[in-house]
Amino acid sequence: MRWINTKPSRGAQLALMLLPFVLLIAAYTAGSAARLAENANDKLLPSLAGFTEAINRLAFLPDARTGDYLLWSDTAASLIRLFAGLGISTLTALLIGMVIGMLPYLRALLAPFVAVISMVPPLALLPILFIVMGLGETSKIALIVIGVAPTMIRDLALKALELPREQIVKAETLGGSSWQIALRVVLPQILPRLITCVRLQLGPAWLFLIAAEAISSDSGLGYRIFLVRRYLSMDVIFPYVVWITLLAVLTNFILDRIRIAVFPWSELEKQG
Amino acid sequence: MSELIIDNVWKEYGDQIVLENVSLTVASRAFVALVGPSGCGKSTFLRMLLGQEQATRGTILLDGEPLPPEPGPDRGVVFQRYSVFPHLTVLGNVLLGKELTVSRYKAKLFGAARRAGIEEARQLIAEVGLSGAEGKYPAQLSGGMQQRLALAQALIMKPKVLLLDEPFGALDPGIRAEIHTLMKRLWHETQMTVVMVTHDMREAFTLATRVVAFERPRDRPEEKQRYGATITKDIAIWPPRRAGEPSYFSPDRDGPVILQGPYRDDPSSSPSGDK
Repeated sequence: MRWINTKPSRGAQLALMLLPFVLLIAAYTAGSAARLAENANDKLLPSLAGFTEAINRLAFLPDARTGDYLLWSDTAASLIRLFAGLGISTLTALLIGMVIGMLPYLRALLAPFVAVISMVPPLALLPILFIVMGLGETSKIALIVIGVAPTMIRDLALKALELPREQIVKAETLGGSSWQIALRVVLPQILPRLITCVRLQLGPAWLFLIAAEAISSDSGLGYRIFLVRRYLSMDVIFPYVVWITLLAVLTNFILDRIRIAVFPWSELEKQG
Repeated sequence: MSELIIDNVWKEYGDQIVLENVSLTVASRAFVALVGPSGCGKSTFLRMLLGQEQATRGTILLDGEPLPPEPGPDRGVVFQRYSVFPHLTVLGNVLLGKELTVSRYKAKLFGAARRAGIEEARQLIAEVGLSGAEGKYPAQLSGGMQQRLALAQALIMKPKVLLLDEPFGALDPGIRAEIHTLMKRLWHETQMTVVMVTHDMREAFTLATRVVAFERPRDRPEEKQRYGATITKDIAIWPPRRAGEPSYFSPDRDGPVILQGPYRDDPSSSPSGDK
């Protein structure tokens, strides 16, 4: 049989899915054990016990200086920034993306501008943001918005443009005005894409968040990682990275579930 | 009444002439089939009737009034594909026309108006043989059912003119025959004029009162650019078909085919149960 026609069974699929993760953990454990055997004070690859100790300290014991439970306060600080940034981007993208996709005049006005703006490297703007908006939350959220929104706008505008012309014409023959067509035909059909779009932008959004927190902050997951870097605290950095990854994966999964639950037809279309 | 008068219409895209000198008067309640080779501009002609495209020269009048330059509720349409909205259920698709007409800003109906709308929509859904599928999404329907849904969706607006762009071209012959019966019945029962583009001669002659052929009179490669297609044949079906009247000469020709059981294009009714 050709390779392209061989398919794994359910069990094999599960095993294959887990394999890379298991290999990664095994490789780390072996590497860590080897280094620790050579030098018990090695900080580069802490043992799993070291991680447990660090996680316990950060998550379940109050910080000696502030009395906060650091992992949770960091998470809360980061997530508020992240979702504020993503939320603003989503609303902007929906609004501007739809008018670009639907109205030829505004498309002529905005599409080239957005295309150029989306090419500006957001991190290069970070100093400007810090100078103009100060070192507080505003500049961090603004960085996420600037980094994420242009791509989302372009994606949604494309999606709105992709709707078959026939559908729009049909809606016109049903007596729909521009506003009604936007509300009843275009909006519901690009909302599922909007959710997918947010999912795809989760990675960049975290990137900009951590970049902003690394430079100026007093809390947040990125701030902590860059703070403890000075003490080579790999036992803190590794769990934080895993935790961030876990949060992103979870958000991604929940968003997709929401799409399927709220727009069941979008899943049917995919299969059909 | 819904008489269409097309007077000396030309359509050009830049230097390319697509249609030239097309004149046609379509009587109220007629059923005109437009036939012709691919790329002869019959779909372009239909889009001009729809208002999606404008004639470069000439005028199109509907009931003596020039056509507005955009599609509107007086002209319904069914395309070969993408005629129904994938995000709405069967009921939602049919109801949409009502909602857009009645509710200007919310584009949704509530309370008694909604119940009345649903009642009307259900009747139409039953009319086209989709009862029982009200809650399904188009992706769950077969191609034939989707086209019947598109018909119901257009008919709720009670359009003066119904424009069909190869609506049944993608259906298999058995299902096409069923949908022809339905189409004929709807044409007899409603007050509308129908203009249909088709590739299928048999379809044209089974359904229409009049078959109009588009062709390029000059079709040599060097002539293609500067000479468009025009009407070359205009055949009235004889014995004549008239909307709302049974055929006098051969009653069985236009008589209804009695359907037994559900439509064949219903995936849930196929014996094996598969899609």
